[in-house]
Amino acid sequence: MSGMPEKSGLEKSRPEKCVQRRDARETLRVEHLGKSFGSHEVLRDIDFQVMEGEVISIIGASGSGKSTLLRCINMLEEPSAGKIYYRGEALQNTPKKVSSYRAKVGMVFQSFNLFANMSALKNCMIGVEKVKKQSRQEAEELALQYLKKVGMGAYVKARPHQLSGGQRQRVAIARALAMKPDILLFDEPTSALDPEMVGEVLEVIKQLAREGLTMVIVTHEMAFAKEVSSRVVFMDKGVIEEEGTPDVIFEHPKSQRTKEFLGRFMNR
Amino acid sequence: MDLPTSFLGWVSLIWENYSGMFLYGTLITLVIAISGTILGSLIGFVVGIVQGIPVESGSSTLRRVVVKILNIIISIYVEIFRGTPMMVQAVVVFYGSMQLFNLDMPPLAAGILVLSLNTGAYFAESVRGAITGIDPGQTEGAKAIGMTHFQTMLYVIIPQAFRTLIPQIGNAFVSAIKDTSVLNVITVSELYFAGRTACGVYFRYFETYFIIALIYLILTFVMSRLLKLLEKRMDGSRNYELLEEGEV
Repeated sequence: MSGMPEKSGLEKSRPEKCVQRRDARETLRVEHLGKSFGSHEVLRDIDFQVMEGEVISIIGASGSGKSTLLRCINMLEEPSAGKIYYRGEALQNTPKKVSSYRAKVGMVFQSFNLFANMSALKNCMIGVEKVKKQSRQEAEELALQYLKKVGMGAYVKARPHQLSGGQRQRVAIARALAMKPDILLFDEPTSALDPEMVGEVLEVIKQLAREGLTMVIVTHEMAFAKEVSSRVVFMDKGVIEEEGTPDVIFEHPKSQRTKEFLGRFMNR
Repeated sequence: MDLPTSFLGWVSLIWENYSGMFLYGTLITLVIAISGTILGSLIGFVVGIVQGIPVESGSSTLRRVVVKILNIIISIYVEIFRGTPMMVQAVVVFYGSMQLFNLDMPPLAAGILVLSLNTGAYFAESVRGAITGIDPGQTEGAKAIGMTHFQTMLYVIIPQAFRTLIPQIGNAFVSAIKDTSVLNVITVSELYFAGRTACGVYFRYFETYFIIALIYLILTFVMSRLLKLLEKRMDGSRNYELLEEGEV
């Protein structure tokens, strides 16, 4: 945004550009996003905005489209309709543009997806070295820094298959962090974990929230969502049914569907 | 000079007279088999990788066209080399290159070329299988940190595919050792050819080829054992070291 003052003349002559850039704090926005697999419509007309520093939890029943939304946001699934804006600029769907966009939008998966042929350290280095083209030494420093941050500093030499689920997920978070993303997406980060390992991963995410990292988290952990989020989005049948602060969604939901969903969850 | 009367007598006589030639033939066989397997594996990897290039909705038209043409060339290549005997391929390449392009290839070079192309055609299918067999999550993990398709292939997919392909490279090599014998039709002086020459004096086919068979067997046996060892080593240690807090 440093270029804004010089560009002001240009922006005046193109008012619609001005509208797009109206808020410097907007990290990401999707407009009218839709996704169909064949005739099956998974997402319908989604409008969704992420401001810098926000922690957004997406909740909803299985099959409501939460994960698909997240996967569309970083283009692992190609949206069938709609647009994605990254810092006010529309994302162009060419392989190069998409790759450099993904380098700035981190993703943590349910199934970790650590590179099986690399040590924990190398997993965290490879993106910095090969995608961001930083030196090997810088990459190693960053990788170590973030592995220590997630409490995995002692395991730099371990291969993914030698680690527990919780440890793997923490390495995966370190790998995403080492890229210094502007925003980090979590796709059900604890759903594949044994119950006793959920806590260690959630603790790391909470720490990141405290530090002000912008995050979007698809989760089934309601207590966690309530505690960590600045905004909660409830999805149902491929649309955003309701969104608001944790207090609004969990304590005073307006939508009947939200009430039903939360009722089912809380009574278990 | 008294000629031997027993089987073993003949074997030892032939060995005494022709061991140098046999060992030279063994060397040539190994040279062809090793270079043919290495080049063939490379061809197989290239073909398998090209077949895996994705054409997405965002890809340019040029990319689509190039990928399409490459894939057609690959299909023709694979069909031809899997659908004809290697012995025939050797003759066609060796004499054909001379007649059509006036290219006087040394038999050894022609032999290596034919074996490489042959191995590559078979290996391509294995490479493709190995690549598609890798957990799609690996590709997603790579894409998610911004790797391009080729970076993903180079750093993540190929190393893992290579690991699963080592046994098949080993098998290809063992086959190649045996397959070199057909190259005697274009007068490559490999092991089988050495045997044929040795038969020209005493006409003791059984004894001569008993020795030749034994050499082939030793080669393939040693090779398959070595490959087993290599596989074990590639798996790496099952243990890892924990670092002390001060070290990291």
